[in-house]
Amino acid sequence: MRMSKIVRTGANLLYPFIIIFGLYVIMHGHLTPGGGFQGGAVVATAAALVIVAYSYQEVTGIIRNVAMKARESVGLLLFIGAGIAALAVGTPFFYNFLANSGLLFGMPVPFGPNPGDLNTAGVIPIMNVAVGIEVWGGLAIILLYMLSSVAKEGS
Amino acid sequence: MIDLIIHALVIAGLIISALMVFFFRDLLAAALAAGFFSFLISLEFYILQAPDVAISQAAIGAGLTTAIFVIAIRATTRYEEGNP
Repeated sequence: MRMSKIVRTGANLLYPFIIIFGLYVIMHGHLTPGGGFQGGAVVATAAALVIVAYSYQEVTGIIRNVAMKARESVGLLLFIGAGIAALAVGTPFFYNFLANSGLLFGMPVPFGPNPGDLNTAGVIPIMNVAVGIEVWGGLAIILLYMLSSVAKEGS
Repeated sequence: MIDLIIHALVIAGLIISALMVFFFRDLLAAALAAGFFSFLISLEFYILQAPDVAISQAAIGAGLTTAIFVIAIRATTRYEEGNP
């Protein structure tokens, strides 16, 4: 069972734009409202739109189970890796060792009123990206498992 | 003054959409009314200057919860049975 042609066309049309907006919220998490969880939930909304519009057999061709499980694992590993990396350079666990270092996301924060510099804040953007990927995979896998039980019952 | 009017409109919309959720016999329409309730409450969070909470409420409440309800309605029946 699947939805009408209007719903399917609208889902196809909106899918990339919602993903781009969610990735924007994730990437600017240390400058604007929102962050890893909020952006990941917005991206998962795009997955939910496609999952609602199609049947289970069709949706596994667009959003694969294994890819979503991999996103969840990669996000968690990246988050804990950012914590372990601080131990590796000789600072306490989860210490912000990249801030003001000149490396990745390591520029000093400009003084006074400014539009915001993306290349600041150290490990905080990295953890935002990790949480965003993890929430994307986790929420999408919940909806996929719900839809798989619908297909099993047979409507 | 304009704040007060917008507040009153949003709160009136919240009450009306909550009553719509209660009185609809079509469960798909009731789920969409619940999504509209979530959207209005995220607007209220934004007016009260909590944009962070507003983004989460719009994504989780209006997006994912409605999707879960629609999937559950697809697995069961669309119309509520029996007399109230």
